[in-house]
Amino acid sequence: MTSLPEANIERTLADANLQLAIYASTGRLMDKRKTAVSAELLPDYQELRTQANAVKKHALDNLDFYLEQFETNVQNVGGHVVYCRDGTEVADFVLKLAKERGAGLLVKSKSMTTEEIDLNERLEHHGLHAVETDLGEYILQLAEERPYHIVAPALHKTRYDVADIFTSKLGVEREIVPENQTRIAREVLREKFLAADIGLTGANFLVADSGAVVLVENEGNARLTSSAPKIHIAVAGIEKIIPRAQDLAVFLKLLGRSATGQHLTVYTSFLSGPRRNGEIDGPDEFYVVLLDNGRTRLLADNEKRQSLYCIRCGACLNICPVYRKIGGHNYPWVYSGPIGAIITPQYQGIGKNPWLPYASSLCGACAEVCPVKIDIPKLLLDLRSEVTATHPKDQKSRIERMSFRVWSWLMTKPKLFEMAGMAASTALANGCGWLRNVPAPLNIGPLRAWISQRDLPVPPPKSFRQLWRTRPNK
Amino acid sequence: MNPRVSIFVTCVVDQLFPRVGLAMADVLERAGCLVDFPERQTCCGQPAFNSGYHDDARRVARYFLDVFKDSEYIVVPSGSCTSMITHHYADLFRDSPEWLDRAKQIAPRVWEFSTFLVEVLQITDVGASLETVATYHDSCHALRELQIKEAPRKLLRHVRGLELREMDTAEECCGFGGTFSVKFPGVSGGMARTKIDSIVRTNADVVVSVDSSCLMQIQGALSRAGLPTKTMHLAEVLAAR
Amino acid sequence: MSRDDILQQVRSALGRKSGEAPPDAPPARIRIPQPDTDERIRSFVCALEGLAGKAFVADSVEEARHYAAALLENGTAVASNAPFLEQLGIRTLPGVQSGFYDRDELRAVCASAGLGITGADYALSDTGTLVLISSPEEARLISLLPPVHLAFVARENILSGLDELFAVLPMPAARTSSMILITGPSRTADIEQILIRGVHGPGHVHVVIV
Repeated sequence: MTSLPEANIERTLADANLQLAIYASTGRLMDKRKTAVSAELLPDYQELRTQANAVKKHALDNLDFYLEQFETNVQNVGGHVVYCRDGTEVADFVLKLAKERGAGLLVKSKSMTTEEIDLNERLEHHGLHAVETDLGEYILQLAEERPYHIVAPALHKTRYDVADIFTSKLGVEREIVPENQTRIAREVLREKFLAADIGLTGANFLVADSGAVVLVENEGNARLTSSAPKIHIAVAGIEKIIPRAQDLAVFLKLLGRSATGQHLTVYTSFLSGPRRNGEIDGPDEFYVVLLDNGRTRLLADNEKRQSLYCIRCGACLNICPVYRKIGGHNYPWVYSGPIGAIITPQYQGIGKNPWLPYASSLCGACAEVCPVKIDIPKLLLDLRSEVTATHPKDQKSRIERMSFRVWSWLMTKPKLFEMAGMAASTALANGCGWLRNVPAPLNIGPLRAWISQRDLPVPPPKSFRQLWRTRPNK
Repeated sequence: MNPRVSIFVTCVVDQLFPRVGLAMADVLERAGCLVDFPERQTCCGQPAFNSGYHDDARRVARYFLDVFKDSEYIVVPSGSCTSMITHHYADLFRDSPEWLDRAKQIAPRVWEFSTFLVEVLQITDVGASLETVATYHDSCHALRELQIKEAPRKLLRHVRGLELREMDTAEECCGFGGTFSVKFPGVSGGMARTKIDSIVRTNADVVVSVDSSCLMQIQGALSRAGLPTKTMHLAEVLAAR
Repeated sequence: MSRDDILQQVRSALGRKSGEAPPDAPPARIRIPQPDTDERIRSFVCALEGLAGKAFVADSVEEARHYAAALLENGTAVASNAPFLEQLGIRTLPGVQSGFYDRDELRAVCASAGLGITGADYALSDTGTLVLISSPEEARLISLLPPVHLAFVARENILSGLDELFAVLPMPAARTSSMILITGPSRTADIEQILIRGVHGPGHVHVVIV
């Protein structure tokens, strides 16, 4: 069990530059999204959401069928499907293939699924070098950090950070202009693309009726990764399946707009199998790795299954007031923000990070912007009740459990409730309306936490029920 | 016709902000309602529900359903508590058909205060007057679970002497979130400060909302920051004359 | 074996039997507006230029060829094997290399050329998008490796949007291993959200509607 990373959160909150970077970046993404899905620009936005939700629901409710259909169709176009239970199996597969083909260099485009299983580290450990090629991911690979945000991985890095990273890791002269920094990355990575033996991508969608992998991106690195090397491996979670190519007419409209406000991202690749007879370029070998890694566990729960609808647009992060304060790295896993708070405990087991479902004010903004209508607040509430059902043994949890037990009993005893209120009023009363400090014996637990941030209202001498009794009858 | 209204003032108003309950009763009576206060009432159970203690929440919810079982209308000065009863009780009692049925029967009779005025009584001008510049904070549950956006604003626009000035982050959470405010004090406090920055930019004298718990968070942060801006529940504004 | 294991777990989680057919999927949602050709062209140009791409409507084959020649100036270009480019006389412009059928040879040329010239099977008017389908006539890398991409599209192939594309081509995989939608120049905003064009793909995209 990992406990709430209080000290790290405090550090993030105290870092004014970082706070500004997070707030400004997420704010911009949020504004762009809002415009892009506005009634003027996308009048059928709500209908698209409803359709996307219905299609995802159908695909996941019948996932075994669509997985097999996908597999057959990939094979029909000369590709291969490899099922993997976890990260070890993925790494074993890639390493074995690399060894058989004599491959020494692998280029990678952005994939949260491979981040989830620490694939780079696993491959590196066995001597296969994997180079990230998305600019943000490349910066983070050099900095040895994990993504800060699902869509904008290096959101927390400034140009000066990038200058430091490039200078120390690439040995280039210090360069602080983002445009020139981008050129540097382009040149270094262009060499890698042309030299790589294997290109490894994620997948935004797996299209069952076509045996196709769909990649959505802006830079062109996913196109290069999937087209330049002789071997293309796409690693995807089993939940990425959609039934038909035609469903893309719905999902592509939602994904770009929700993520960055783009009506379509610059590149959308629809890839099925290795290059066909006569096609001039493209890979000779095409593999799709279908990863479980805890997903089948989620499927079993009818309600929570919807967590798997996520298309990783990041809109819930951008609008989440909690993410906007604590940033991405205080979440314990690669998936941050509201979606991270619901899927991490489900993938990794509720006992591992029991604090995570509580890291939300339940404001519901995430559900409002989710393009596939995942009811995130509802799932957070469900997960909270799962946490309490495990009866955590730490002192804080035991006190809390006991307090709610007593409280709920008190709430069915109006007379006692009234007297308890009077006692509190007496204990705190000092004549003024808002307290800046709580007297010593009471300065513990929730009161102390409250007073650490804001003033506390003093309970008035008479409660409503007492005033009501003496209220003149009108 | 004089609608019979039972007010459910909520535990927060009862214990901390009784004047809000009194103001609500005044406004309802002036609007012609026959107001009663079922004295056995306590809480809707939301604190336990939101913290994951469903058994405890159910105990309080069953008690609530019992106290208010015969009420014609139940009016609540809180979007959050209203939503707990009208939306989340169904979830809380999903495995207990008898209570689920009772929850479903009561739900249509439970109204958030501003919506009750505008939709049931069809009143947008309660005859209030208050010389002030106000800004309205959309509390999350009122806004997103009950779709309350226009009703309170309509009512405010009809208050004589009151200028309504929108803040740029009206729909952003104040950071209260029940036990969230004490489980994640730094984050909650940070959210409150972001909110008050936005409030201050409007130069309003007063922040108005339909939820006293949001106002407790906002007023606490305003007070801590030494700012003169005040908070008022919508009922208090509408009771002013 | 992982495959059977995973499929078995999926089935038991869903309460489904092996080989059980699913209920009908929700009908695909395809809504095709029918703007006339002029409106399609206007919208395409507007959308592409909004993304800092360049669009040019050529009234004749000559105009199209001149556009390419002007863009080429004295630089080098690689052109696809598309008959459409042949008809327009693009493949024989001075400085243009074309007619590659060998992957390695093509790749080397693409890596050094200043301009990549392709046809586009379709364009999508509402988003300013090009649709490129890989075939013996159109390679993948020509529109990707050179810093500038010039595409020619026939005016009758401008579709209204994604819905019409997937109505015309419900099964792209039946035709190609690679269908690429290109919407403007390659870009990134990964450093401080500052927009920079031409990261890995072309930083300039020119489209000539013929």
